[in-house]
Amino acid sequence: MNPGVVLFHTTTAALRAEKTAQKAGLKVKLIPTPRELSSDCGIALRFDLADRQPLEQALSAAGVEGEFHELKAE
Amino acid sequence: MIYLDHAATSWPKPPEVLAAMHDFLERAGGNPGRSGHRLSIAAGRVVYDAREALAGFFGINDPLRVIFTLNATHALNIAIQGLLQPGDRVVTGGMEHNAVMRPLRGMEARGVQVVVAPADGAGMLSPAAFAEALQTGAKLVIVNHASNVCGSIAPVAEIAALAHQAGALVLVDAAQSAGVIPTDLPALGADLLAFTGHKGLQGPPGTGGLVLADTFDPAQLQPLVRGGTGSRSEYEIQPDDLPDRYESGTPNGAGIAGLGAGLKWLLERGAAVREHELALAARLREGLGNIPGLQLYGPADPRQATGVISFTLAGKRVSEIGYRLDEEFDIQSRVGLHCAPAAHRSLGTFPQGTVRLALGPTTAPEEIETVLRAVARIAQT
Repeated sequence: MNPGVVLFHTTTAALRAEKTAQKAGLKVKLIPTPRELSSDCGIALRFDLADRQPLEQALSAAGVEGEFHELKAE
Repeated sequence: MIYLDHAATSWPKPPEVLAAMHDFLERAGGNPGRSGHRLSIAAGRVVYDAREALAGFFGINDPLRVIFTLNATHALNIAIQGLLQPGDRVVTGGMEHNAVMRPLRGMEARGVQVVVAPADGAGMLSPAAFAEALQTGAKLVIVNHASNVCGSIAPVAEIAALAHQAGALVLVDAAQSAGVIPTDLPALGADLLAFTGHKGLQGPPGTGGLVLADTFDPAQLQPLVRGGTGSRSEYEIQPDDLPDRYESGTPNGAGIAGLGAGLKWLLERGAAVREHELALAARLREGLGNIPGLQLYGPADPRQATGVISFTLAGKRVSEIGYRLDEEFDIQSRVGLHCAPAAHRSLGTFPQGTVRLALGPTTAPEEIETVLRAVARIAQT
């Protein structure tokens, strides 16, 4: 899979996003926020870029604001 | 032992509460929201799940609007100190606890005008008294949802409607009501609601929260405590994001885990808990009312009150009654002013106070009969 990552301003928002995504049947994982992206909050949501559209929709419907990024290979 | 001090703290806690706290410390022991490792995330999930369950319980859509605090007093202080500015006018009722009155008197010294709408002798607040006090407007109206002295339930929705007409925000003190009677923010008309975790919600001490209505604009509420939140760490100014704006410092994760378990325990039992307490309160009031020389306080109709009952006995000091209940009959009550001198003034029981019997979900019918025999005996001798 090609991974993407969603960043949040608070850990609570990240945890809410994880639950929201799982309810929508999307495979996601909370990971330490990649330092090159932000130091906003300690955890970020990793997802499969193929799921970007349904994930954006699910988060937006739940009112969770997040910032979507592609994860570049090292 | 017969424990009738549930208004001070509920006891015993459901075994699930103890198990959840043990599990948190043993299995999910990281610092929620500070690190990215598995223990931290596991701890974060436990705290988040409790936050989400509480949001549903209080009838709001956004779980980020549940702000965890140490207790109801802490939540009330965030609201009172964070909303009011010198020159503002605040209206409250005559049944308030010192958790409201002391911060208000502190704000009064800083130039906030405090107006008290009187309660009647049965501890009931009247919308008419609030309407009169609101004629010249107010920034904030604070209502004690249920009295910790005599259990009286305030007509919060009616008072809130009047407050909103006058352009005021509504803060509800749900310390005694959360987990006992419905505390849905939209139904109450509350903009902010303060609750504690260790009473009706069956959680441990050191837990509570301030719930913000979905329609409330947090920009008007300044944080009481500022510090580390695990978010926006590159900035030395407090973040505006909810809930972090009001939640600096490591939260009481083990306590919040217990609170989540307490709420779950309560929700599994539903309306049966209130019906159980109502039936016992009705029997207790009836039996106490038959004891010569005994004066009952609070509403005569049990449906207008929680399971909190106050009484005095002619010619007996309340401290002596409480001591004898404990020493001779192994019954735990609470006597005195219950940190609520304003409420006792309204009831006409200041400064001597009352004997308070506060029922809980685990109180048994036969315990009520034992208490009635004990009080009758104390009244005679």
